[in-house]
This record gives sequence, C-alpha cells and structure tokens, in this order.
Amino acid sequence: MATSQKKKNGKKSGPRLPALAKTPTGISGFDAITQGGLPRGRPTLVCGGPGCGKTLFGVEFLVRGIENFDEPAVFIAFEETADDLAQNVASLGYDLAQLAAKKKLVVDFVHLDPGDIEEAGGYTLDGLFVRLDLAVRSVKAKRIVIDTLEVLLGALQDASAVRAELQRLFRWLKERGLTAVITAERGDGALTKHGLEEYVSDCVILLEQRVDDLINTRRLRVVKYRGSSHGANEYPFLIDEQGFSVLPMTSVQLDYQVSHERVPSGIADLDEMLGGKGYFRTSTVLVSGGAGTGKSCIAAHMVDAACARGERAILFALEESPSQIVRNMRSVGIDLDKWVKKGLLLIRATRPSFYGLEMHLLTMHKEISAFQPRLVVLDPISSLMNAGNPRDVKAMMIRLFDSLKLQQITGIMTYLTTAGRMEETEAGISSLIDTWLEVRDVELQGERTRALYVIKSRGMPHSNQVREFVLDSDGVHLLEVYAGEDGVVTGSARISQDNRRAAESESRKAEAKRTELLLARKQAAVRARIAALEAEFESEAEAARLEIREASERVERARAERVAAGRRRSGGATLRAPRAGGKA
Amino acid sequence: MAATAKKTPKLRKTARPSASAWPQASEERWELRLYVAGQTPRCVEAFSHLRRLCDEHLEGRYSIEVIDLLKNPTLAAGDQIIAIPTLVRKLPRPMKKIIGDLSNTERVLVGLNLKARSR
Repeated sequence: MATSQKKKNGKKSGPRLPALAKTPTGISGFDAITQGGLPRGRPTLVCGGPGCGKTLFGVEFLVRGIENFDEPAVFIAFEETADDLAQNVASLGYDLAQLAAKKKLVVDFVHLDPGDIEEAGGYTLDGLFVRLDLAVRSVKAKRIVIDTLEVLLGALQDASAVRAELQRLFRWLKERGLTAVITAERGDGALTKHGLEEYVSDCVILLEQRVDDLINTRRLRVVKYRGSSHGANEYPFLIDEQGFSVLPMTSVQLDYQVSHERVPSGIADLDEMLGGKGYFRTSTVLVSGGAGTGKSCIAAHMVDAACARGERAILFALEESPSQIVRNMRSVGIDLDKWVKKGLLLIRATRPSFYGLEMHLLTMHKEISAFQPRLVVLDPISSLMNAGNPRDVKAMMIRLFDSLKLQQITGIMTYLTTAGRMEETEAGISSLIDTWLEVRDVELQGERTRALYVIKSRGMPHSNQVREFVLDSDGVHLLEVYAGEDGVVTGSARISQDNRRAAESESRKAEAKRTELLLARKQAAVRARIAALEAEFESEAEAARLEIREASERVERARAERVAAGRRRSGGATLRAPRAGGKA
Repeated sequence: MAATAKKTPKLRKTARPSASAWPQASEERWELRLYVAGQTPRCVEAFSHLRRLCDEHLEGRYSIEVIDLLKNPTLAAGDQIIAIPTLVRKLPRPMKKIIGDLSNTERVLVGLNLKARSR
C-alpha cells in the first residue's frame, strides 16, 4: 500500500525529477525558500520555543494541502483538544470543522496525563499506531501533523521503550508515504528538548521569536534539508489573520525587467530637471530633506499625477493619519480625497513602532498585492528606523524595493534627514535608489528658503542645478535660479534682485525711447534739409534752363539776321547761282 | 461516604494513607477493561497477570472486558489509549489507567489503589 501511494504521489508531481520529490506547503514564501516545499513522503521536524507558531505552521500546512492540492490530512494533537484547536485557528480563517465534515481532515486529540498513568511492565505504543492508522485510512490522508510528539516522552517513564517506538513511528510514517510535520519544543542548547532531531533526519525547520527593543520579530530557518538545496538564511515570518507567511529575501533576484517608460512627476519644473520627461516607471525615487522641507508635497504631487493618469497608488503614511494628509495636501492645492473616493488611491497609516519591521513589510506586501498599484509611496521611510536597527532596516528596504521592482511598481520614498545621524543610513540605502532628490534649507540673509537638487538619477540626463523650491496654494514650483556673480540667489534676495533688474530694464527702456525720438527728430530735420536743397536746386535749374533757351534763341536770331544781310549785299547773287559752278 | 469506608477482610495488605484514595466498599463492583492489539505474547501475559491479581484481591466482584483494537480501532480514542496493553479501571471511580504487561504486581496494585504507594 505504501509503495502504491508513493508512486501515485510521484506521478502527481509531474515529471519526476532526479531531485527529491517535494510537497508544496502552500505557505506563502516557504515553498520559495525550500524550492518546492517539504520532502514528500517524509517527516519534517518543526521546532521552536513556546508560542513561536509551530502548531500554526502545521495547521496551515494541512489546510493549504486540502484546499490547494487536494491532499487530505490528519492532525494528531497532543496538546490541545480538537475544539480548542479549531477555535484557536478560526481567528486565522481556518474552518477545521468544515474540513472535517467534508472528510478531508481528521483532528485526533490524544490526551496524555502524566499523573494518571501507572506503568507496570513492558508496553508498546500500538494504541497510538491504531489511532493513527484509523485516522489516516478514514480520509486517505497524504499529510499528517503530530503536535507535539515529545509529550509522549514527558508523560511516559520508560524512555527507552518510547524512543524505540518513536523510531518505529517515523518508519511507519515513511512506509505510508505520509508527508509529516512533527513539532517539537526547543531545548536549551539543542534543537529539541528530548532530542527528537535524531529521529528526523530529512528536514528540520527552526522557528524563533525574538524581541529586540520591545519589538517582536519571528524568524524561520531551514536547519537541514537532506537531498535538497535550500535558502540558508533566517527568514522573517509573520502570523496574521491570513495565516503564516514567510518573506523570502533571496527569492528575489536581480533579474527584473526594467521599464523605459518615463513618468511625469506632476511637477513640470521637476520633470524638466530630470531630462524633461520625469522619472522612470518602476524606478525607486527618494526624496530626502530636513523637517518641513516639502518632501511629502513632492510625493503627493506624484501620487496626484499618477491618479490623474488613471493609475492606482498606495500611500503608506508612517507619521500622519489619512485625514491629516488629505487636509494638509489640500492646502497646497492637491486633492487626494478625490482619488480616494474614486478608488484609485489607498492611504494606509500605521505607527512605525506598532509592528516589527517584518510585519510592516508584510502588511505592505499584502496591501500591494491586493490593491495592485502602479505607484507606492512610503512617507517617510526614516521613521521605520525606530522599528529596527539600521541593518535590519536596510535589509527590509532591499526586500521592499526589489519586490516593488519585480511587480513593476514605482516606489516613492521620503526620508527625513537630521543632522549627524543621516549619513550612514543614507549611504546604506542610496545604492538602492534610482532617482534621488534632495530638498535643503538654505539660510540666507535671515530667512529660510528651500532649494531642490537632483543628487542622482540613473539612466537619464539630469540637471545639476539647484532650484529654489516654492510651495504655494497650487503646489510645488521650482524657480530658476540666478547664477550671478553672488552665486545662487533665493528668497528675498531673489526679490530684490528681481526688482533691481526690473528697474534697470525700465531705465534702459526709457533711454531707448529717448534715443528713438531723437533719431526721429534728426531724420525729420534731415528730410527737411533735403527738401530745401532740392527746392533750391530746382529753382536754380529752372533759371539755368531759361537762360539756355534764351541763349539758343539769340543764336538763331543772329544767324537769321546774317543771312538776310548777305542777300541784301549781293543782289544778283542768285544769277551766279551755285557758287561752285561759278568756280568751275 | 468514602471517609467511613469499611475495612474489607479480603484486602489483607492494608495500609491506608488516606481514606479517599481507598476503595469504598467491599460490595463494590469492579469494572476493568484491558485493551490489547492482537494476541501478542505481551497481551496474553497481561491478561493472565490481571486474572491472577483480580482473583486474589477482588474475587467475585470484578469483570474484565478485553478490547482488541485491531478489531475495534475506533475504541482507542474513547479511553485515550496510546500504549498497549492498557488496563483501565472504569469502576469504581475515578478512572485509573495502568499500562504495560502488568508483570510488576506491586505497580498494578498501586495503580488500582489496592495498595498504597510505598515511599
């Protein structure tokens, strides 16, 4: 029977790999770490201290197995009655009674009271085996959880008999091809109190709960996984109303698709500084600056622009309540409420110290996967520093940014810088940032103005200028800077500079007008003179022409007179007619 | 009632640490159950040990019900049976459980409250 079941299991897992066959747990993140789940048909030891989630791991392994993989299951409870167990996990959304009614699950409570058992001679644990066998056969179980097996070792005195029986139990589980989870209490300096790890050699998982600075973080580690590679790190995990989730850090590789799409930030002047087109979609934008420098306003602008394009956005507020944000942004002309009502914007406010880092990360993960935004804002990430030490924060940032990129989501982070402490953290996260804007206070001539510049922006040409940053009732504006002989001029210095320039240009204008007038006058005078000269010339010319005419008339007249006189002197000259003939 | 328990002539080895831990009356019926899993030597041995003990200490007022879990596996859960063999004292109350092949007579008697725990 056992072999037939094994074969069936093998077939079910598709093409049989030379590697170990695995049973997916369905626990989010865990299968990624173990590259497929728990070893199929073998027992796995899950150990940890009290309250670290061993039982829940087991329950979720079974419930997911039934719901997602149609693998019936048996839960052997040594510590809680079936009713207690059902009640405890009901808050996580598991309905064990319903699964039992559907003949998919058997919860068998094995009660062992150390006080009321007298041992008189040798015994075996056949009673337990009978019960296991009955439960497994009644639902044709493929998965089994035994929680917590070592109760046996605590309740029964004949340790050597119990140990021999435990060995038989593990053999029995393997023979039936059951994928088993055995939970065990963590011992001092050892994985388990009663050394159960020596019986389970295939896979050992350690759950831990740690409190650092009053904040609780849960961690999971795969101590051993025979015949399989696995993530060796400690992975933070969470237990919330949706059950057990592990955050795989190494499952995120640097192989995400990059986008070439540029997205306007909603601040035209800023887009201009970023090569004229805005930031890259799916990039990570950091807006850093001191208190009250308008970081949130820049982020709100980006949210507003995204929503105006019809994209979804989530704003994770770590310092203000949603209504406060809406009110404050309205004062600079950004109506976020409109987008919230339209269902395009989700504002989630949590106190940084309310959860541990992992919880923050996971709640964000969950909100993101539920809402499917294209833009995510964290305002401000610096306040998460309170929720963990800088190294953890950085690790969390890496995971968050990577997962955003993987999901093709643009991330906008604001970061409150305070003098002194900022440098190391900034250095820590700067390598994760694609576009980094810095807003700085500039104190000049007794007043404070804001200046914005682009520290870096990967993959695009960007302005190296410092621009003055002005917030008014219609949002953020970036003003051109005067790069005069006095350097960058901002604020009232800018205004006086403005005035000075205005006055200068005014006087220049007047002067030009005067010159123009003068020129016109000169031209008129010249014209008049030309006219006069022309007139003079004209009259002189007229006189000359008259004289010429008279003179020629006189010449004509004189000639005529000579002719007449000649005729009178000769008289018969006409007889002598041609002179030439006379000569001849 | 327990406080006024009469001394039973058949319980010869009487050393009473407290009255309440003592079987109440000689007329009281003892109902015993022996859980076994098949006819293993250990189970058979347990049964014969039990018979001998009962004849010795509870003559005429006991009954033994042998339950074979291989035949009736569903009965294992009712009395929370884990080990085999297990002897359950159903009556008199309170219920008592003794596991093992019952070869250690002393422990069986203590377990059944037929004898005080020796310190």
